Formats: sequence, C-alpha cells, structure tokens
Amino acid sequence: MDARIQDEDAVSLRTRKAELPLYITRIKVYPRAIKGLWRRVKWAAVALLLGLYYVVPWLRWDRGPDAPNQAILIDLDGRRGWFFDVVIWPQEIYFVTGLLILGAFGLFFATALFGRIWCGFACPQTVWTDLFMLVERLIEGDRNERMRLDRLPMSAGKAARKALKHTVWLAIAAATGGAWVFYYVDAPSTLVKIFRGEASLEVYVFIGLLTATTYTLAGWAREQVCTYMCPWPRFQAAMLDEQSVIVTYQKWRGEPRGKHKAGASWDGRGDCVDCNLCVAVCPTGIDIRDGQQIECIGCGLCIDACNQTMGKVDRPPNLILWDTLANQQAKEKGVGGAAWRPLRPRTLLYAALLVVVTAVMLSAFWLRTDIELTVQRDRSPNFVRLSNGDIRNSYAVKILNKSRDEQRLQLAVEGLPGATVGFVGADIQGGTAVTRLAVHPDSVGTFRIFLTVPAGSAPSGSKPIEFTVGDKTSRKRASHDAVFVGPAR
Amino acid sequence: MPTKIEKDTVSGQDTTGHEWDGVKELNTPLPTWWVYTFYATIAFAVVYCALYPSWPWLTGHTQGLLGYSSRTELTVALADQTKARSKFVDKIRATSLADIRKDPELFNFALAGGRSAFQTNCLQCHGAGGAGSTGFPNLVDDDWIWGGNIDQIYATIDHGIRNADDKSRQSLMPRFGVDGLLTAAQVAAVTDYVLSLSGRAKATPEGAKIWQEQCVACHKADGTGNQELGAPNLADGIWLYGGDRDSLYRTIFYARNGSMPAWGTRLDDATMKMLAIYVHSLGGGR
Repeated sequence: MDARIQDEDAVSLRTRKAELPLYITRIKVYPRAIKGLWRRVKWAAVALLLGLYYVVPWLRWDRGPDAPNQAILIDLDGRRGWFFDVVIWPQEIYFVTGLLILGAFGLFFATALFGRIWCGFACPQTVWTDLFMLVERLIEGDRNERMRLDRLPMSAGKAARKALKHTVWLAIAAATGGAWVFYYVDAPSTLVKIFRGEASLEVYVFIGLLTATTYTLAGWAREQVCTYMCPWPRFQAAMLDEQSVIVTYQKWRGEPRGKHKAGASWDGRGDCVDCNLCVAVCPTGIDIRDGQQIECIGCGLCIDACNQTMGKVDRPPNLILWDTLANQQAKEKGVGGAAWRPLRPRTLLYAALLVVVTAVMLSAFWLRTDIELTVQRDRSPNFVRLSNGDIRNSYAVKILNKSRDEQRLQLAVEGLPGATVGFVGADIQGGTAVTRLAVHPDSVGTFRIFLTVPAGSAPSGSKPIEFTVGDKTSRKRASHDAVFVGPAR
Repeated sequence: MPTKIEKDTVSGQDTTGHEWDGVKELNTPLPTWWVYTFYATIAFAVVYCALYPSWPWLTGHTQGLLGYSSRTELTVALADQTKARSKFVDKIRATSLADIRKDPELFNFALAGGRSAFQTNCLQCHGAGGAGSTGFPNLVDDDWIWGGNIDQIYATIDHGIRNADDKSRQSLMPRFGVDGLLTAAQVAAVTDYVLSLSGRAKATPEGAKIWQEQCVACHKADGTGNQELGAPNLADGIWLYGGDRDSLYRTIFYARNGSMPAWGTRLDDATMKMLAIYVHSLGGGR
C-alpha cells in the first residue's frame, strides 16, 4: 500500500470531525453603544424611515364619496393603486417596474460611489435591527451588562428582563406587520376590525407573517441575515472599485499597534492603541483592521468609536475613516495620496441610466390620459361580405375611463373614406355613425364596432386605419391603430 | 477524498481537505441554524406526505389524512361559480329577449355566456367566429335563411332544422335531376337563370320558363327567397353551398337539405337565450 494513504487513514474519525467543522454555532454579537457623527446619522435614518413606514398609511386624502380617502392605498380587490390624486390601473404596472429599475440603478450608483451605504443606513434589516438593539439596551443594559446577564444562571430578575425585552420586540414586530397591511386596506377601520376579530383572514395571516419575520430577523438573526441570507453583499463587489468611498482603517498610520501609556512617546509606533472599541461597537462583530471583508455593512460606527479613543489619547481623528482604497494604497506607499475620482465610467453609466429611466417615466406619466383605447380586430372571419356586396370588419373596442365621471365619447375612424360605423346595441341606444359611447366612471367599456364599406371602395388586402375617441381639445382623448381588411383583388 | 487540511496562505482559512487536480476548497462553515432549517424542511416534507396525497403505487396513491383532492376543490369551485352566476341566469330566464337587450348589465352577461356556450356547442359547424363554411351558414353576415331577428334565431336554436323535433324548421328542396323532374339540359338552363339573378350569366327563355314553373313558389319571382320556408335568397352574393356554376348545378340536380340539431333537447332555456343574443350580436342580427 501507498504509504501516503496509510498516513491519512490513521487519522481517527473523531479527530477529523474536530478538524472539519463544516457547521459552526453562531457566536453572539453584543454591540456596544457609541456616540458620534455616524451614530447620529443612523438615528436620523431610523427615525425618518420608520416614521415614514408607520405614518404614511394614516395620511388621509379627500377623493369624494365613491373613492377611498386614504392618501396611499394599494387596493388589490378593486385593482387600483391610489397615490394622492393619481390612480394607477393594473395596465399601468410599468410605472412600478420603472420605480424598481430606478431603485436598482440608484443602488448601483450609490454603491459605486460610497460602498455599502444602503446596507449601513437604509436597509430595513439595519433599520429594524437598530431599533431592536435600542430596546435591548434600554432593558438589559449595554454590551458588558448584557454579556454578564447572559452568563448568569436563570433567576426571576433575569427572566423578567428577558420577557420584557421579547414582549416589546413582539409588539414592535406586530406593529410592523399591521402597518404593512394598512397599505392595502383602509387603515382606521381595519385597525378597529383587527382588535374586534372582524378583519379578514388575509389581514391576520399577513400580520402574523410579518410579525414572525420582523421578530426573527431583527431580534435573533441580525448580522446572520447580512452574512448568510442576503444576496446583495455577494454581488455588490461588481459595483465597487478602488475609487469607491468605503469605511477603511488607515493601516499605514495605525500600525504597529499596541497599548499606550499616558505620556509615553508615539515615536516608532502606530496610532492604534488596540483598545478594541471598533470591534466592540461593530454590529456584525468584525475587526475593520483586518481589511475589507464580506461581513462589513459600512455603517461607520467603528469610525465613531475610534474617533472617541483618538480624542482621549490626543491623536488626530479619523484613523478609521471613509476613504477610497486607491488613496489608502497611495498613502501606504508614501506617495502622498490619490484624489477621489467620482466621475468614472461606471458612475457615469449608472447616472446616465438613472436620467434616461427617470425621463422615460416622467414623460410616460406626463402623457398619461384619463381615457385609454384598445382596438382588436376580429380575425375569424377576416371580413364579412354582406348580401349587397358591402365588406364589413368587426372590432372589439375597449375604452378605459380612469376619470371619476361618466364619459360619453365620440368614436371616429380615420383613413377609411365612405365607411359607416355601427355597434352592437345601437338599435337600443340609438345613433349610428359617430355615436357617443357611454363609459361608466372608473371602469372599462367594451363595445363591438362594425365598419362597413361599399364593395367598390373596399381595400384590396389590409389598409391601416385609426380609431379615436374623445374631444380633440382635452386630455380625455385616445387613439389606437388598426387595419381594415378587404378581399384581395 | 479528503487529503490534508491545511491553512491557505492567502486567506488564512482552513481548507476542507478536498482537492481536485490541485484545486483546493476553503472551509467556510455554515451556521448550525442553517442546517436545522434544512432538517425542518425534511420534517415538513414528512408531515406533508402524511397529510396530503403524495405517494403513488401501482393502482392509485396515498390519500392523505386531510382527505384533500384537487378534484373536490374544483367541484366546490364550480358550484360556487354556478351559485354566483345564478343571480344573472335566473334573471335571464325570467326576462324576455327584447328586455334583456335593454338592460346593459344583463346584456353583457348574456353576450359573455352566449359566447362561451357558442364555443362549446356551435363552433364545430359554424366556426369560432361564426363565419361558417360550405354547407354551414355564416352567422356573421346579414343574410338569413330562416330569419335573423332575435326571436327567429332563438326558435332555430331551440328546435333546429330538418330534424325529428316536432317544431323543427321543415322544408324540402326537390331533387330535380335525380328524381327526373328536369333533364340535365334543363337543370343547366335554370342554373344559368339563377346566375343571371345576380348578374353573372345570361338567362335563356327556356331557363326563365323552368324558373317560373319550378322555383318561384319558394324562391319568389325575383329570387329573393322566403324565410318562412327557409328558401334562400338567390339574388344576392351569399351562397351556402357555393355560388359558382358547377356548385349551383349540383344543388339543383341533387338538392341540398342541411340539418341542425334541436338544442332545446340539450340546453336549458337561459343558455339558449344567451346564445340567441350572442349570435344576434355577431353583426347580422335584424
């Protein structure tokens, strides 16, 4: 036998298991509270974003008696999106698509410029985790007290604190689920119904679902979401480059690190006093001095921590700072620095895409009318020959009336001289050629329209025509292309 | 096979000990809760298999403790739908055809219901758009053999044409050639006369004479036909069995007596009313 293989086989299973920890238990992170500029920015973001999220469904907007008076309401049953004075129909879902595209490019753009600022300041996971950590700190104390509490054996006092924390967490989580639901149903009436047990099953299911996810993700999973679950950190490397401004430790200035006694000389050593405060405050439990790593969410709290320490030992601030890798590499080589270049092909491309998509969306929104028209020609049969030889085509015409009033719209056909226009039900409603079609408010009118031309003037094959409805002067006007088909001659 | 666990010099991470052609795998351990999540999905699958139909065997499959079946779900859904529609269907049953057309909501429901019934029962002969084909009338044009007002359409659907139903529409075109009523030359002459009605041939005195003797009783002197008798209009441009000289000759020689089933024996009144309204709306309704 080969000696090498024998050598391996001699390793016992037990030893190999110890060597191969394919799974590891989560090491709990106890982030320490810190004060400073970036902490203040983060609190401002938490207040703004959570404030918006919880308050927006309660904004009222008077739309008259037959419409909901909630400023922002996504009415799934009624198939309408209400945004102040704008009503979005399912047909206009492309506005949502446009917003999502803007969101994606906005994220790419911000990442190319400033690294993971989305992760550090605006991501719901970060925002809710910040709130949950605040609750935890108020009830169980700061890092050291929490660690001590967790080491203590269970007691009445410990149980009470833990129970209080989880109760508050669950209450916040339930409010989060509730607020989500209020975007889809009338908020005030549903709130009453929820407590009376009269709300629909869907309402309770979604509140339960979002309560569970908020409680689990912000209370228990925290940095595990960012490290293991979220795909964003995995592909953002494609947007970052050495010119992106990210949270960086100035290794050339900090090393060699070591404890420092007051009054001792700073010669021959770095500014880092190895106080480990940057590690203690980190919400993902990493050491920024190890360099760039996938766990870093770019929240800047280690900058606050280090600046506090630098202040105490009377050294210049910003040993950890927002900077580009290019600048840091230049400084490390001792060649001064490298100026930040925010205008790079990738940032310009993202900016251009943002501008283009915004322009397209704005013009689409600007050109939006209260009336929309769709015309579908019957193709079975392609055309009908009437007993007197006339040729007739029929069309399914749909008129969307997005206004709050009933519309009586004049239908006209251009490009087909000598044609007579008729429609099913005309004998009851009266009128023939340029009939005013009635469409109820906020609904779709469906009409079957007949175009008839004398045999002599029928086109050979297909001829483009145009349907129009509405007044030429107002926004209540729409047109649609179609064709008229006659027998080939 | 695992060989040697070593520290990677670049990342400082342990390898798993797996090596393929010199490529080594870094060991990035999964969190244990992730593995528990995986176990939870296995537990879920076991519970699901017990509760729902899951495992096939030769003659069937396990039924599951909840007794769920998609067929039952469909039956319930269909019953719910029928119940939801009954509000309109009952109203259609109780309302006259003319009045249904005056009620926009009911009229729209009847159009949709009629379209659906047409797609199931009628399109086999009359085509998806109602345009028909040779021998099967076009329901989209304005030429009607048995009448094109809504009550006549309803009666045709209800009792059909030339079938065993007592009230079915009945008439018989004689087999002029086969039964020896006319000679082949006479048939040819009267064929020319019929073509002349729509200006497509020159009539001979002999043809005119036969027309007067044999055809006028049903098709009228000017050839415009008689809907009471189901005698088609021969003076227009629409031909059920083809308008060329050859087809017309055969029609006169052999006769044509197409048949349509009496739908009253298969469909309920509300469905036939909806069908009548739909067919009437296709464009030819009088």
